[in-house]
Amino acid sequence: MEFIIITLVKTGLVAFILLTTLAYLQWVERKVIAHVQARVGPYRVGPHGLLQPLADVVKLMTKEDLIPDHVNKVFYVLAPFLAVFLALLSISVIPFGPAVEIFGIKTNLGLADINIGILLILAVSSLGVYGIALAGWASNNKYSLMGGLRSAAQMVSYELPMALAIAAPLILSNSLNLREIVDTQAGNWYGIPNWNIFTGGQIFGFFLFMIAAFAETNRIPFDLPEAENELVAGFHVEYSSMKFAGFFMAEYANMITVCSVATVLFLGGWHSPIPSQAGSGVFAALVHFAAAGMLFFHAMHAARPFDKITFPVFGVVISGIGAIFLAGAFVWPALGAAINGLFWYGAKTFILLFVFIWIRATLPRFRYDQLMRFAWLFMFPAALLNMLITAFFVALKG
Amino acid sequence: MITINHYMAVSAALLLIGTVGVMTRRNIVVILMSIELILNAVNVNLIAFSKYHNQVTGQVFAIFVIAVAVAEAAVGLGVLIAMFRNKGTVQADEVDLLKW
Amino acid sequence: MSGDTFFFYAFSALALLGGLGTVLLRNAVHCALALMTSLLGVAGLYLLQGAEFLFAVQIVLYIGGIMVLFLFVIMLVNLDQASKLQQFGRQTPIALVVALAAVAAIFSMLSKSAVLLPASVSLTPLTGGNTETVANVLFTDYLLPFELVSILLLVAVVGSVMMAGKRTE
Repeated sequence: MEFIIITLVKTGLVAFILLTTLAYLQWVERKVIAHVQARVGPYRVGPHGLLQPLADVVKLMTKEDLIPDHVNKVFYVLAPFLAVFLALLSISVIPFGPAVEIFGIKTNLGLADINIGILLILAVSSLGVYGIALAGWASNNKYSLMGGLRSAAQMVSYELPMALAIAAPLILSNSLNLREIVDTQAGNWYGIPNWNIFTGGQIFGFFLFMIAAFAETNRIPFDLPEAENELVAGFHVEYSSMKFAGFFMAEYANMITVCSVATVLFLGGWHSPIPSQAGSGVFAALVHFAAAGMLFFHAMHAARPFDKITFPVFGVVISGIGAIFLAGAFVWPALGAAINGLFWYGAKTFILLFVFIWIRATLPRFRYDQLMRFAWLFMFPAALLNMLITAFFVALKG
Repeated sequence: MITINHYMAVSAALLLIGTVGVMTRRNIVVILMSIELILNAVNVNLIAFSKYHNQVTGQVFAIFVIAVAVAEAAVGLGVLIAMFRNKGTVQADEVDLLKW
Repeated sequence: MSGDTFFFYAFSALALLGGLGTVLLRNAVHCALALMTSLLGVAGLYLLQGAEFLFAVQIVLYIGGIMVLFLFVIMLVNLDQASKLQQFGRQTPIALVVALAAVAAIFSMLSKSAVLLPASVSLTPLTGGNTETVANVLFTDYLLPFELVSILLLVAVVGSVMMAGKRTE
């Protein structure tokens, strides 16, 4: 009974945080791209456009939900739900933090802890193509169909190098359980964190995984299924309102999933890169205080009038969070372990998400034949070679 | 209580559905899909007996069956595309040039 | 009804209804999606039997690989005309008679208690995770078949590329 209650509470929390992150990731993306292009981005709704996601949600929900006459109705309606469902499903096996004990309740930070976690993620991500391919087909529109076809070919092709890139850290950790994979990456080796990307020698594998992840999530430079300027908007031309929002949410949820998987497999999950004797406990607090200090400094020199009010308010909130981390480090070690784990997991995932957005602002789109040639003639052999070399060294060692 | 006999019944039913599909349908794509159904029926049996005897040999065989199914689907669809390009049809009984 | 019983009937229904849909539906895309549900049901049956690795393989390879290939080809060759034609061949009546005979034979055999197997046999239980055990058996006892299968796959890849590829002269 206690297990069910704890699981329900955890699920609710994760769902809330995930959906908020989804909405604000959109804000972050628009802001980052705007600053890359020397614009300010969303600025009108709320301070620095912070309420923009809410406005977007209201707009999408109140738009007319159009179902065109020429579509295949059942699959047209089913496709966006399928896309969102599959995108949110794989979050359930990601471990966010260590096993903790707070208020006498022992629990793992993460929803489900299953033996074949990574296989489940692979399985669910291989199903993800159905949402897009079905949407493209059911729309009965030549551009949509082209988008659906492209996504089917692209996602099947990149599934292969992705699975092979994942196999290398699995060989190193000798487990399919994500929590055990993170546990084998604890500690450090002469100051270098014992992560698969460093001491496991998986730097090459990490990049292969990230490239395949870009293709799997249909992000630039692999966004051929959408390709605004060739296919209008590809597979979701005919979609409007919340169904359109569904595809949007699915894309961002997929981004969060692949970044989490990369964090867990290659970047040591929730483990801090700083050894504990060098003060990994206070690092998170210092980061927050530095951010708050920067906000206070900018508030003094703010050019825009309401920045003089909003910057200090954010500064106070952020230094409050920093104080919690400080309390975790010195007063309450159990809490410290939990929130430090979450901090490092979140920081690594967010940096990878930032890379996704950064590359969207930087690179142009591949041509279709380039995409296929890249997958089969470079990614696949490279990932295979990476796995073989890793297996060879593991066999040599033990 | 679910016994191995239940699994065998499901497997037999699946096998029959697949066989009827292969024998009656005209569309080659659907015939290929019915063959997949037959192979899955075999796999259900293999897995059920693997559990029954507490050995994984059945599961290993199921992996081989899946690999063969992959090869069959790839070659079958290749033939289908070549046929569609040459004859412009995907109906199995319209490819009857040898019956002149 | 215990959980196992419920899930068995649910997954079996999924597998069988999906199978019926595959054989009976008119539009090839609908057939492919029906087959997908059927394969999902079969994957559920694998999970009920403790074959979790096979469950993952079934979903990744079958549903995520082969079925996407089917969908791709169906969309590529555009089967709209084909769905308007007669779906069942001339041999249908004979096929149905044969199938019904087979149904009668199999189910009369299954319902005879003499051939029913005992509910379980006691053998030494397996130790370790399912994936590990499968891998151990696959790479020791069945290494040669494994290599042969990989050659088969290579031949299939080359063959299908040769057949489906454009003729360049």
